[in-house]
Amino acid sequence: MHLHMPHIALPEGLAGIRGLLAFRPDMTNPLRGFMEILMRGENSLTRGERELIATYVSHLNDCLFCKSSHGATAEYYLQCDIGFIEQVKSNYQSAGISDKMKALLTIAASVQRGGRNVSAEEVQAAKDVGATDYEVHDTVLIAAAFCMFNRYVDGLDTWAPDDLEFYRKGVKERAEAGYANYDPYR
Amino acid sequence: MAYISLPEGLPGIRGPMAFRPETAKHLNELAEVLLRSENSLSRGERELIATYVSYLNDCFFCQNAHGGLAQHYLQCDMAYIDLVKVDFQSTDLSPKIKALLPIAASVQKGGKHVTPEQIEYARHVGATDLEIHDTVLIAAAFCMFNRYVDGLGTWAPQDRNIYVERAKWRADEGYVNFDLYK
Repeated sequence: MHLHMPHIALPEGLAGIRGLLAFRPDMTNPLRGFMEILMRGENSLTRGERELIATYVSHLNDCLFCKSSHGATAEYYLQCDIGFIEQVKSNYQSAGISDKMKALLTIAASVQRGGRNVSAEEVQAAKDVGATDYEVHDTVLIAAAFCMFNRYVDGLDTWAPDDLEFYRKGVKERAEAGYANYDPYR
Repeated sequence: MAYISLPEGLPGIRGPMAFRPETAKHLNELAEVLLRSENSLSRGERELIATYVSYLNDCFFCQNAHGGLAQHYLQCDMAYIDLVKVDFQSTDLSPKIKALLPIAASVQKGGKHVTPEQIEYARHVGATDLEIHDTVLIAAAFCMFNRYVDGLGTWAPQDRNIYVERAKWRADEGYVNFDLYK
């Protein structure tokens, strides 16, 4: 049982964005269709890499629900442990990720502070280590999208469990089902 | 020059949307539901929230494109839109919108900035849970759109009247069926 009271009356027992989508089902279709293409569609960035960008931005925005749920999804796709995810969050330059991902995470961090913080130099640095225009585009859009999702989830003060196991439970099934069929009640 | 090679001649979000139509489709569907579908907040009020947040994020393209739409729906002039941006409390907006705009401003800073007092006050002056929800999501969505537009270094026409001119038929057309190349 939990006693957390969100800012508005949401269906009970649904954490994070689930309560919001259950409250406002009209928004569910565009948001889940968008997420499916962005996070799971055909892409030269792996699903794990995209979830890592989402996790990192959610960490910068201090959004417990999003950083935990997308962190668990990244963990699943990358077949890594939580220590690796934590290292990416605290100091990605020292993490065992590609130079391209390091350069893209730098761009994502600038987007998180505000679109105008992204510099031509940062983008050039990413291209110099092999990032394509598509990868730069998708990194900016993923980072921007999580500046939306994080604000949506925290702006209405939704409930989010502290326990990482909550987010790991069923992550394989959710990852395989994808966002297109996202069911807030599952 | 944008940071990546976008289709030429398309200002603001239209370049990235033409570059990546797969994601654009869903983004436009979101804008349609959020800003135009049946709602107790008028289209003008919702465009005003979008304009205000885009102003706070200093996104020239979005604050003028949506400012033009707000001006069209609210049948006001550009000076009124500009006054809302700098001092909405001094305008003749309804007490409800005046209570929702501070919530939008908090969302712009970050989700955790929204306070129970802001929510309580909005309710006190008549805002419903659905209106509070939609205000938060509109503000959050423009924290995405603004970053998408500026994060890729897109260009924007500097003559603000261009946006006002375009708003009339943009309003008729809606977000879902709009032609990026027109």
